[in-house]
Amino acid sequence: MVASILPLTLTDATVRKGGKTIIGPMSETIGPSGFTIFMGPNGSGKTTLLRLMHGLEHPRGGSVTWQLPAAQARMKQAFVFQTPVMMRRTVVENIAYPLRVRGEAKNWAYAEAARWADIIGLGNALEQNAEVLSGGEKQKLAVARALIVQPEVLFLDEPTANLDGKATREIEGILLAAQADGVRILMATHHLGQARRLASDIIFLYQGQVHERAAAEEFFNTPRTPESKSFLSGDIVE
Amino acid sequence: MRDLWQGMIEAFWLIASFNADLYEIVLRSLQVTVTAVIIASAIALPLGAALAVNRFRYRRATISLLNALMGLPPVVVGLFVYILLSRSGPFGVLGLLFTPTAMIIAQIIIITPLIASIAHQAIRDLWASYHDLLISMNTTKWQRMRTLIWDARRSLITASLAGFGRAIGEVGAIMIVGGNIDHLTRVLTTAIALETGKGDFSLALGLGFILIALAIAVNMAIHAISRTERASTW
Ligand SMILES: Nc1ncnc2c1ncn2[C@@H]1O[C@H](COP(=O)(O)OP(=O)(O)O)[C@@H](O)[C@H]1O
Ligand SMILES: [Mg+2]
Repeated sequence: MVASILPLTLTDATVRKGGKTIIGPMSETIGPSGFTIFMGPNGSGKTTLLRLMHGLEHPRGGSVTWQLPAAQARMKQAFVFQTPVMMRRTVVENIAYPLRVRGEAKNWAYAEAARWADIIGLGNALEQNAEVLSGGEKQKLAVARALIVQPEVLFLDEPTANLDGKATREIEGILLAAQADGVRILMATHHLGQARRLASDIIFLYQGQVHERAAAEEFFNTPRTPESKSFLSGDIVE
Repeated sequence: MRDLWQGMIEAFWLIASFNADLYEIVLRSLQVTVTAVIIASAIALPLGAALAVNRFRYRRATISLLNALMGLPPVVVGLFVYILLSRSGPFGVLGLLFTPTAMIIAQIIIITPLIASIAHQAIRDLWASYHDLLISMNTTKWQRMRTLIWDARRSLITASLAGFGRAIGEVGAIMIVGGNIDHLTRVLTTAIALETGKGDFSLALGLGFILIALAIAVNMAIHAISRTERASTW
């Protein structure tokens, strides 16, 4: 059994930017299983919190600790950004890239990438320039490129925010399959419907703090704070 | 006007008659400049990438220095190389003065800052879009530089071509360190300077047309190669 990097522990973790506190101080634990969805109004800190956990932001105060040293823990995580970053390469080269970075043999990496391209419906576009894919195809590619390294933890920052229904549904399908394979998913979204479909538990952020945290059913049925109540009823929450 | 017309005829005649001296000069121009561009690119492209990716103490100063060096007057570079390579200079024992090697050295010094500066800008822009992704994937600094150089290769080819354009048309420095010796260090630009000095304007112009055609042909060839490398759009 390979050592797990979870649970993840935040202890008084704080992120400050431009002179103001954006996250925290926050103390939370992210346990070893589930599909956790981070919700909250725009600017509540979802992006910053995911980036902090993944190590793309550095805490101003407090700590973010995995069960392995940071560098080793990073090898077991992958991150899908809200706007997918396409490298100036072909589809197959994009998907294979993280395996190549890890020193995997080219033949095997490309075979794996081709297998993933099939899964996301790009099996016939292996040699196409990834930069000219549609928005949905780009984001599916980004998800495949994240999953190809078999991460223990997968972060996604509003991956379907700019996509149509079909692409959204396809990505949700891939994520549920990954979850069934044992991938621990931490995802930000502000689509209520998506959260209902996917979440096992919800972390509701408000002004850089965890305002409410509950199992999904409990959160949707009996929200405990005025902000989450009005967020769920579709009111504008600022 | 007469001179221009005469020059075109002269150029055509030189080429059509397979003038041996002309072909020798053209080949030497190409050999010196292509060698200089290859070596300068081998220095400048990694340097541009390193400046984009790494945060080190004298980074800003290095970038400013590069930009300043871009404006170095070639004649001064020539003089500098001359002093270093002359018999009494520190590298005098190598006996390189008035050889094509000396001309290559001078051209490398002239174009490396130019190529590095353009490369740095191109790679910095690409790094801005790749930054989070490559950090997230736990890439080493070395992998980041290699990835950026490879993925920015189209812009980098343009950077090297800018260096080629500057070097192939340069006369001041290579005149000083090469000496314009017939059958040894004479190249297109120094031959043009010589013929102009002798008053043979049509021959000088003819050589000038050939020089321009050569520069354009090399640019087009490189662009054609890099376009066909992949049929798709980037
Ligand atoms: N570089 C920055 N400088 C200053 N403020 C920032 C910066 N990045 C984000 N913020 C602020 O941090 C807050 C949280 O942003 P973000 O994490 O993107 O929220 P969300 O993803 O929930 O919309 C916002 O108020 C935003 O304006
Ligand atoms: Mg966000």
